[in-house]
Amino acid sequence: MNAQLFRAHPGLAIGLALTVIFALLALLSVVWTPFPIAEISVARRFATPGPDHWLGTDQLGRDMLSLIMFGTRTSFTVGAIAVLIGAGVGVPLGLAAAIYGGQVEWLVLRFSDLAFAFPAVVIAILIAALMGPGAGNAIIAIGIFNIPVFAQVARGGAIALSTLDFIAAARLAGLSKPGIAMRHLLPNITSLIIVQGTIQLSLGILAEAGLSYIGLGTQPPETSLGLMLRDAQSLFLIHPWLSVAPGLAIVLIVIALNIAGDGLRDALDPRLRRPGLANVAG
Amino acid sequence: MSLVDIADLTIRFVEKAALSGLSLSIDAGDRFGIIGESGSGKSLTALAIAGLLPDNAEVSGSISFDGAPLPADEKVMARLRGQKIGMVFQEPMTALNPLMRVGDQIAEAIALAHAAKQSTVGSLLSEVGLEGRHAERFPHQLSGGQRQRVMIAMALASAPDLMIADEPTSALDVITQRIVLDLIRDICERRQMTLIFISHDMRAVAALCDKVAVMRAGTLIEVGPVATVLADPQHAYTQKLVAATRMVPRQGEPHIAGKALLSVERVTRAFAQGGFWRARRQALLAVDDVSLTISSGECLALVGPSGCGKTTMARMIVGLDMASSGVMQLEDTRYRGTDLPSSRRADISLVFQDPFGSFDPRLTVAQSLGEPLRLVPGVTPMDRQLRIAEAIESVGLDRAMLVRYPHEFSGGQRQRLAIARALVTRPKLVVLDEPVSALDVSVRGDVLDLLARLQSQFGLTYLIISHDLDMVAAMADRVLVMEAGRIVEEGAPAALFAAPQHRLTKALIAARLPNIGA
Repeated sequence: MNAQLFRAHPGLAIGLALTVIFALLALLSVVWTPFPIAEISVARRFATPGPDHWLGTDQLGRDMLSLIMFGTRTSFTVGAIAVLIGAGVGVPLGLAAAIYGGQVEWLVLRFSDLAFAFPAVVIAILIAALMGPGAGNAIIAIGIFNIPVFAQVARGGAIALSTLDFIAAARLAGLSKPGIAMRHLLPNITSLIIVQGTIQLSLGILAEAGLSYIGLGTQPPETSLGLMLRDAQSLFLIHPWLSVAPGLAIVLIVIALNIAGDGLRDALDPRLRRPGLANVAG
Repeated sequence: MSLVDIADLTIRFVEKAALSGLSLSIDAGDRFGIIGESGSGKSLTALAIAGLLPDNAEVSGSISFDGAPLPADEKVMARLRGQKIGMVFQEPMTALNPLMRVGDQIAEAIALAHAAKQSTVGSLLSEVGLEGRHAERFPHQLSGGQRQRVMIAMALASAPDLMIADEPTSALDVITQRIVLDLIRDICERRQMTLIFISHDMRAVAALCDKVAVMRAGTLIEVGPVATVLADPQHAYTQKLVAATRMVPRQGEPHIAGKALLSVERVTRAFAQGGFWRARRQALLAVDDVSLTISSGECLALVGPSGCGKTTMARMIVGLDMASSGVMQLEDTRYRGTDLPSSRRADISLVFQDPFGSFDPRLTVAQSLGEPLRLVPGVTPMDRQLRIAEAIESVGLDRAMLVRYPHEFSGGQRQRLAIARALVTRPKLVVLDEPVSALDVSVRGDVLDLLARLQSQFGLTYLIISHDLDMVAAMADRVLVMEAGRIVEEGAPAALFAAPQHRLTKALIAARLPNIGA
């Protein structure tokens, strides 16, 4: 069944494979990197890629491969925790909006309008101004940005489901509104949420790179892909490789996650599985 | 000579043959019916003739149209479709563009036809019995029957040689169905047009067509003139289908009606109509001052055309909707709808029309069936298992099926499961909302037999909501006819159908399609 799924959606296979490779690299950096990333050695700085340093070294003589592995880990961690925050708060909000309607729905929708109006960068600047820059604050900023996205996805999916007879049957069976949401709505919108989560993960990684680049995210001696770009930008003309390597890593991760997300949507979303039905109903 | 020749047509999807070895020839001027249940390949046959098969279909065999094989090139095929073939689909709401006025849509069809003799929007509208002012409307401003007329007008725009109608009336109520069927027949006769009419309803085919093909599971079972096939079916399957179509009015004594179980007193349900000038709009009265009584043990039917408020009435009785005024009384509990106390909810249950939407696809059958048991106090887990097993066995299914998921069942089986779920709390009153109209003809009889058996076995009281008079005649002790929110006539089915008094009752009875072979 699964092999068939991948054959039917080659994008899903490619995207997932690439994502898994990067995730494994990031995971590996927890226990082992070729060189410790804090090890500065001026003697071997600007080494070109070779057998000792597969991706060369930077201006402080740190091993680029180690830095990229560590940076990928930071990116994934920040993105994933932000997705968890977004889904953890947004999905219950969206479900509440769908089942209670009325004022609850109005509040949730206005809140999400408000959150949409401020991009993650603005929220991050605000938080950095209040609490100082750092990876933790980047997570909070991106997480807040994720909340309305998940709230809207959950609400849309739940509203589409709530006209179906099995929801009426559950009401007849005496299930409370939160009970219906937990037992019937949530399991049926999981696929929508997983797909959105993949896409928000890639957006989160991009946002983290952006925040680190402008100095609001990860702080040294930790590193992230965005911070590597920032460190390398003044040397771009002399040593372009130092910017290209982390930039390429960001591009590959984001593309992989987007392809995987699109593939998952095709494979999981029941509205697309039966073409011509829901498309008309909007 | 034959207009459409299909020789040894086989259509496969991935690993499954959807149509195997079909050979048919349809003569010019024929009104050709194709009958089959869902999954029999009848719609696929129509799509193949129109060259509209999905891309992943593997086709072998040949189809020729007007003596020449169907062109392989999509552009040439599209021109042929535009000029020679008209199609009418099942659901006119989704087949029309919701953002275009219907007149423009018809004009577009005329423009694409490139016919030598151009029709006009006005002449097409009048041919299908609509007026010029309807051209200015959007699809949602028309009734179901009017939309289907617009579809027919679009199909006629190119003055086609062949019209393919795929279940054109199954989304319509009885009265409209009859009108649309008559309209199609008149147009075919007037234009000498060939018709392929796809349906699961034997009587619609009998009323409209002169030749019929019976299909089952992708193969052709029987073909011939309608009169011979239906009067003297050769194949066992056709015989079964013909027998299932013939509904016998209930024989024997009416159920002994006990004391009043549920009484509805002057109930009204008003829906606020949206719109900018909210104050000026009048509220829509879906149910208007209705009073009725159901005695325990009887089988009461509520009939009426679509939109007459019968489903709203049922939803209020079971507690899914709230009456705007008036009160209902279940034995000694008075309620207005959603305020039905949960201790009494176990006494009323509802069987939904659509067996596909009424089960959560992510729950096992046992989980779904057990859900209403939360209404019954003091059910131990052991009891629960027992009662679920008892319920599924009482509808003629095996208790080993309890671990399966809804998609593993056929439509008829799912409706049995829905009945089992309705019975699991041992209710007094069961409300059946169109219990068989979404099912294939051949399983309708089985489900109705099951309902009758369960009623006598458990002493149930039924309220049947339906527009199908033959089904009502086969089941009910007493019939209420509803129109625009009001009850307009009441009586025992035999007496009511023999001598209808109200205009609507007369129209419903006149629209009944004649019984085949009778």
